[in-house]
Amino acid sequence: MSDRSATASAPVAIEVREVRKSFPVQAERLTTLKERLVKPSAWLRQEAEKLEALREISFDVNRGEFFGVIGRNGCGKSTLLKLLASIYSLDGGSIRVAGRLAPFIELGVGFNHELTARDNVLLNGVMMGLSPAEARARYDVVIDFAELHEYTNLKLKNYSSGMQVRLAFALMMQADADILLVDEVLAVGDVAFQEKCIDSLERMKRSGGTIVLVTHDMGAIQSHCDRAMMIEHGEVEAIGDPAVVSARYLQLVFAPEEEMEAAPLDTGPERGAEFTAAWLTDGEEARVEAVSAGEPVMVNLTVRAHGDIPRLQALLELVNNPEGVVIARFPIGYGGEIPPISAGEELTMRVSLDASGLRPGSYRFHYHLGTADRLYDRSSEPLALRITGADPGESLVDLSHRIEIEGGPPEGDEG
Amino acid sequence: MYLLWVMSLTEFRMTFHGTVLGYLWSLARPLLTFGVLLAVFTQVFRLGAEVVNYPALLLLNVMLFALFAESTNRAVTSLVAREEIVRRTQFPRLVVPLSVVLTEVFNFTLNLATVFAFILLYGVEPRWTWLLLPVIVLALLMITVAVAMLLSATYPRLRDIALIWSVMATVLFYGTPVLYPIEVTPPTFQDIVQVNPLTPIFEQAQKWIIDPNAPGALGASEGSEYLLFASIALYVGICVAAVRVFFREAPRIAEEL
Ligand SMILES: Nc1ncnc2c1ncn2[C@@H]1O[C@H](COP(=O)(O)OP(=O)(O)O)[C@@H](O)[C@H]1O
Ligand SMILES: [Mg+2]
Repeated sequence: MSDRSATASAPVAIEVREVRKSFPVQAERLTTLKERLVKPSAWLRQEAEKLEALREISFDVNRGEFFGVIGRNGCGKSTLLKLLASIYSLDGGSIRVAGRLAPFIELGVGFNHELTARDNVLLNGVMMGLSPAEARARYDVVIDFAELHEYTNLKLKNYSSGMQVRLAFALMMQADADILLVDEVLAVGDVAFQEKCIDSLERMKRSGGTIVLVTHDMGAIQSHCDRAMMIEHGEVEAIGDPAVVSARYLQLVFAPEEEMEAAPLDTGPERGAEFTAAWLTDGEEARVEAVSAGEPVMVNLTVRAHGDIPRLQALLELVNNPEGVVIARFPIGYGGEIPPISAGEELTMRVSLDASGLRPGSYRFHYHLGTADRLYDRSSEPLALRITGADPGESLVDLSHRIEIEGGPPEGDEG
Repeated sequence: MYLLWVMSLTEFRMTFHGTVLGYLWSLARPLLTFGVLLAVFTQVFRLGAEVVNYPALLLLNVMLFALFAESTNRAVTSLVAREEIVRRTQFPRLVVPLSVVLTEVFNFTLNLATVFAFILLYGVEPRWTWLLLPVIVLALLMITVAVAMLLSATYPRLRDIALIWSVMATVLFYGTPVLYPIEVTPPTFQDIVQVNPLTPIFEQAQKWIIDPNAPGALGASEGSEYLLFASIALYVGICVAAVRVFFREAPRIAEEL
């Protein structure tokens, strides 16, 4: 916590003031001469309709800060990062960046797929401002980090997307940048690599670097970011404490206000998907409604799709009874783990949780189903869970912990 | 600067990667064109007889034109082809068309030895004016870079450019004194060709490298100097337009891919 107040007064690394960016939208892009001749108005750029990707965004990122950016797909996160990296030009406002910046946009640093990993590392190294000699010197470090020793002479087009992201991330870490812009790196790659990424970002931060991380992983936002910002429709919706901002995000994604009041759910003929069953099982996969304290519990949710949904998301919430305090949230599919599902298909999601921290008592699970911007279904009847056992304690949860006691005769002069 | 160099080198290696004969291809292509043209114009049209050292001239011209044509052709799509890099990183966009041209310069330089070997073989005598070749190449490079910049910057928004340019390049091949020295053409045709900014370059190359008695850029336009001025004006105009268009488009290119 002292950490956070320290960074709040630190000098500003990125200053964004009233930044606007819009893109011309055309029903179909007129990119050939014939189309332009047939539709002469297209020559006049001003007449083109505008899609306002960012409208008057202002914020600061302090030096040494780990800054999270969240928001639904298409809200303008990548556009913002591209503006920060001056890959796109500003329509209005100003951006000031103090220090050298390395972008990692939309899962990559810009590879040439016809080249081998080796050539790509050298080319990109130079592109990021290293001299050819420096780039060669760091080549081994990059390959080590990415753990791709066996594949250095393979052309990039034969790499899996996970491998490409590893390489790109490893490269970016070698760019000697003061500021890293990281877009959705946590969305692909295996868990081990994701942890490695987070670790190295943390290390970078400790040595004074500034990090701007775009992710849909609220866990990462809450556990690593000093501050977070949520963008909605190209505007800053919330900024500040990561816990608050990510709660706002989940709230917005799963229960958009308009829908809560007027049309509660995306039901009706084009309703995308719904829950067909929900039940609890114990360690032996037997249906249960109660388990004794310390036993594992699995929440099973069956979903049926009515349309083709490329990226389904679900959110499971554990709430205590009767107060309704949310004890834990389990986002499912936020990193794209749920495969695309098409009309008529069913799938079952199973969340196994270690409930050993739950005190005996009564709880319930709420569950929601949707995509990044729609809500399809929500638990009509919460799933009840009873934890049996003695000792109905005063606290909400039991956190596993260890107690150590130091002291005795003083050894140093600390006190 | 480093970036330009590294990009060109990788590009150069990539062109030949996976081909058996490697670099030899870049030599074989213009040589093959040369062989065919030589056969057609000396055997079928008997043009060769009127011109001093026609085969040597033809070869030199074909190589010079290849530098221009290959560079500009590949420049058209160069920014779009590097979409991955352009969309994700910020670097001077100019590096991209420049690296394409530079790659072709590598090729050209390697081919030069062969060209001069042939020229000597055909009995042209070495002259001090050979040392002026860099001036010719530089003049040609300026306009090549300018055209490359224009094409690469407009292509992302106007995809017709690729088709238009492939036709234009063919027109230019015949509208530039590559196959013929300008003196041997009929007057009306001559007037048109004179305005082509590439013409003075090729005319001067003939005078300095192949035949000191050839008219050269100035001599060829005698009596109609205004045409030479027009072609120089066009040359400068293209260069200025290229710089303005390129730097106006550069910041937006990443959005338009
Ligand atoms: N180069 C572009 N041309 C046209 N529209 C674009 C371009 N880049 C982004 N957009 C639009 O801007 C909006 C924001 O996109 P983006 O920043 O990629 O969102 P996200 O938050 O998912 O990263 C989207 O509606 C997208 O279609
Ligand atoms: Mg994005």
